[in-house]
Amino acid sequence: MSDRLLVATRKGLFTLSRGKGRARPHWRITRTSFLADNASIVLPDLRDGHVYVALGHGHFGVKMHRSRDGGKTWQPIATPAYPPKPEGLDDRDPNTGRPVAWNTDLVWALESGHPSEDGTLWCGTLPGGLFRSRDRGDSWQLVESLWNDPKRREWVGGGAELPGLHSICVDPRDARHVTVGVSCGGVWMTKDGGARWECRAKGMRATYMPPERAYDPNIQDPHCVVQCATSPDVFWAQHHNGIFRSTDGCASWQELSGKPSSFGFAVAVHPRDPDTAWFVPGVSDEHRIPPKGKVVVSRTRNGGKSFQILTKGLPQTQAYDLAYRHALDVDESGERLAFGTTTGSLWVSENGGDSWETASEHLPPVYAVRFAH
Amino acid sequence: MAHVTFTQNIQRHIACPPCQALGATVGEVLERVFAGNPRARDYVLDDQGAVRRHMVVFVDGRQIRDRARLSDPVPPDAEVCVMQALSGG
Repeated sequence: MSDRLLVATRKGLFTLSRGKGRARPHWRITRTSFLADNASIVLPDLRDGHVYVALGHGHFGVKMHRSRDGGKTWQPIATPAYPPKPEGLDDRDPNTGRPVAWNTDLVWALESGHPSEDGTLWCGTLPGGLFRSRDRGDSWQLVESLWNDPKRREWVGGGAELPGLHSICVDPRDARHVTVGVSCGGVWMTKDGGARWECRAKGMRATYMPPERAYDPNIQDPHCVVQCATSPDVFWAQHHNGIFRSTDGCASWQELSGKPSSFGFAVAVHPRDPDTAWFVPGVSDEHRIPPKGKVVVSRTRNGGKSFQILTKGLPQTQAYDLAYRHALDVDESGERLAFGTTTGSLWVSENGGDSWETASEHLPPVYAVRFAH
Repeated sequence: MAHVTFTQNIQRHIACPPCQALGATVGEVLERVFAGNPRARDYVLDDQGAVRRHMVVFVDGRQIRDRARLSDPVPPDAEVCVMQALSGG
């Protein structure tokens, strides 16, 4: 089980540690880093213990840092940067008609590479570029095959002005097999290390599009896509207007009926049970608050046939917490979960979500929660 | 030679002491400065080499106009100030 939590927030990076024994609270903040800076994402690399964080400085741009000692000390590393935009290239945002700036606007996804590829990292950004590092972030290369795909230019912003690549799943069976989620650009997959990509969002449905475009794979808005570690053909997606599941490696997706709603941002899948997944639902896209002011976690243990609403330890009156897409995590045991919210609450469960303990009610807005060793 | 100063706010992240630099344009002057302080470049310029959206550059009190190619002239002994724009929060 993981005894450490890293929490990236609007105002810094927080480390929480679990105390030994029964004394409550079990989880306490034990370190603060980059206080007052906007930490958009954090990655504890479970392969070597390194930690990576991306900071978005309003004026000075995105910067990345790496720690080799679990977060005690940090060194600046390279930031993914786009190549020069070719003169005369007609690359315009479909929504606004404005030219797409080839600049890293936000680091929205950060994942370790396959265990066989020591030091490899993957990074997703706004405006939609995927980057790879083979040297623990000392340098980054844009995955040009995906960026230069003509269908990429059809992507539009979802929740942000620019399109963004927020989910990266590296297949545990094969380092060359990588799946990414894009808002709004569906789900894309490569099986040859990034040479060729295919949009794999068949079956997803977009209620925000006219009927003839509703099933267009390249317009889908999966808020978050996760892959089961031990059944890697099973994927779960919390989509803008529904919950979807694939059991055939994203060849097709099936829509499920969430409870109490199907709207939300975050999803986590049990590492050993592909039928078990957790969600933190909101009312709907135009009401991004918990249903009836009650913070709940929704869990299915049967592949989405039914959902249990988990409330023990969570506020059930006048609570308006929303969990963003990277703000829910499950550890390698499948028993410990944590989620943080836009209003600075952080809850941890040590029994698969049956009950929750408050770790903090006063954090800055939480963007990402990750268990670490 | 131009005298180049940077906003105090940038110093929290990276040391950018005042310096002298030769150059006939903003781009030439900043290139000289960044040659001696390479990490500072990405704090001021974006991936395409333009002034970051929420940064501003003044030459003798006038905000530069060419933010993409940095072609505004820099007179000898000019004061070049690299500041943060309040649009960035």
